[in-house]
Amino acid sequence: MKILATVKRVTDPDMKIKVKEDGSGIDLSSISFKVNPFDEIAVEESLKIKETHGGEVVVVGVGSRNAQTEIRYGLSMGADRGIHVQTEGYMDSDVVARILKSVIEIEQPDLVLLGKQAVDDDNNQVAQLLAEYLGWGQACFASKIDITNSTARVEREVDGGIEVIEMDLPGIVSADLRLNEPRYPALPDVMKANKKELKIYNSSELGVEMQPKVIVKQLAEPPRRKGGCIVPDVPALIRWLKEEAKVI
Amino acid sequence: MSSVLLVVEHRNGKTKTATLNALTFAQQAAKKLEAKLCLLVIGNAVQDIAASLRPFGADMIYLVEDESLEHCTAETWGHVTAEVAKQCDAVFVGMNSGTTGRNLMPRVAAKLDAGMITDLIEFDGEDYIREMWAGNAQATLAVVTPITVATIQGTAFATAEPSGEDSLITLLEIPVPETRTRFLEMRETRSDRPDATEARVVVSGGRGMKGPENFKLIEDLTDLFGGAVGASRAAVDSGWISNDFQVGQTGKNVAPDLYVAVGISGAIQHLAGMKNSKVIVAINKDEDAPIFEVADAGLVADLFKIMPELTEALKNELE
Repeated sequence: MKILATVKRVTDPDMKIKVKEDGSGIDLSSISFKVNPFDEIAVEESLKIKETHGGEVVVVGVGSRNAQTEIRYGLSMGADRGIHVQTEGYMDSDVVARILKSVIEIEQPDLVLLGKQAVDDDNNQVAQLLAEYLGWGQACFASKIDITNSTARVEREVDGGIEVIEMDLPGIVSADLRLNEPRYPALPDVMKANKKELKIYNSSELGVEMQPKVIVKQLAEPPRRKGGCIVPDVPALIRWLKEEAKVI
Repeated sequence: MSSVLLVVEHRNGKTKTATLNALTFAQQAAKKLEAKLCLLVIGNAVQDIAASLRPFGADMIYLVEDESLEHCTAETWGHVTAEVAKQCDAVFVGMNSGTTGRNLMPRVAAKLDAGMITDLIEFDGEDYIREMWAGNAQATLAVVTPITVATIQGTAFATAEPSGEDSLITLLEIPVPETRTRFLEMRETRSDRPDATEARVVVSGGRGMKGPENFKLIEDLTDLFGGAVGASRAAVDSGWISNDFQVGQTGKNVAPDLYVAVGISGAIQHLAGMKNSKVIVAINKDEDAPIFEVADAGLVADLFKIMPELTEALKNELE
């Protein structure tokens, strides 16, 4: 079984980000980057499926040269080889989906795993767009995957419970939080990852039109909520709920 | 004349409240775009749902019924939505945010060669506003394609009220294609409590709860209000409660009248899902917890001591 997993380079979700004063973007001067946490889950699941069913795991990243750091991280987790599609500047989810489509047409994997959303733009679109562009099925927000012959049985985290679906392979799965607990690469694995194959394409080589459909015109700080008061005890809180907030 | 098309989300024979919030947005958008307002009800034997939406002032309600449409799969519903969008000359196709809309709408966007906005909160007739980076940035976005597809953040819009006008219902026959995915089963989270996105009061527990058994303290308090239970990602990660309860960037977005955060530090990603609540109360023993920066009222205390006391005192107050 050949599995392709995506790794997106994102701003560290545990760091507080700030919008630049002119609204042109995020102030990246003191921000570090890491693999999108949901993509890490996607890579982990790919490795687990390989451990059970055999095959190969390929990690793919799209973006600037720096994105190779995150592809190498995927390789240090245990992926067999990496692909980097080098691009410059802004891409919307649609451009990314079309780039991934062309990589998939070259690689022809049986299963493609992506994080359900990237924690920077929070778009939650690429897996679904990609499935439609390929004419494949999609199983989004997966919390459990069982592979049998040519189908995947996937439990999906949906509002109100768990939905179970069956999907023909090849197909697209997007990973939700509880799918697994990603491993931490050990130092020898990090060394090994540096020697693994990393194929580089540029987007024009893949023949992908880079015109986005959605353009970010401006970013702004959201309206901040002001902190309120600290109450000393339960009777004071109840008084506040009644007299100030008027919710009881 | 072009249209604004809103896909209706329903469950167990009832329209989701979040769809009625999205309907308020769709009414405004139709005015701004000088377009007709059309609703789309997809499913199996769902004419009652279409009928219940007749007093909401839509110019048209499209009804597409088939046994194969009983469960929303992105392939089947996506096909139907895109076909109806073409028939009614839609310039905007939307659905309320949630796992159904997020699963379905990108597929519709790809079919219509349209730009897609996830979880929009504002539209001025030209540009859209949505949040990014866990709510730490508001982006103004322009869509360059003739059609826009979107999910609509329900918490940003009031619930639509019936206006009394009687919309027409048109039954459309749309052949459903063979698909590569099949629905097997839905395991519903059994709960007598409302969903956090629809409740007037939400009480959430976080890492400070220390274990699944202590969520009883959360339940006892929220039940006084007929409210919902929520949780932070830390509590979900620890396996104490199902992901369906998660409030935050990667979970649900809620905006109840009263949100009580118990043992929740207030990580950026949690605040993203609840900061639009009308009144926020935080209970945490760490006085430096960031949750106090957004709370309207904070109580610095040990939750295991304070929660039973608060529940008891509120019970007396409400009686």
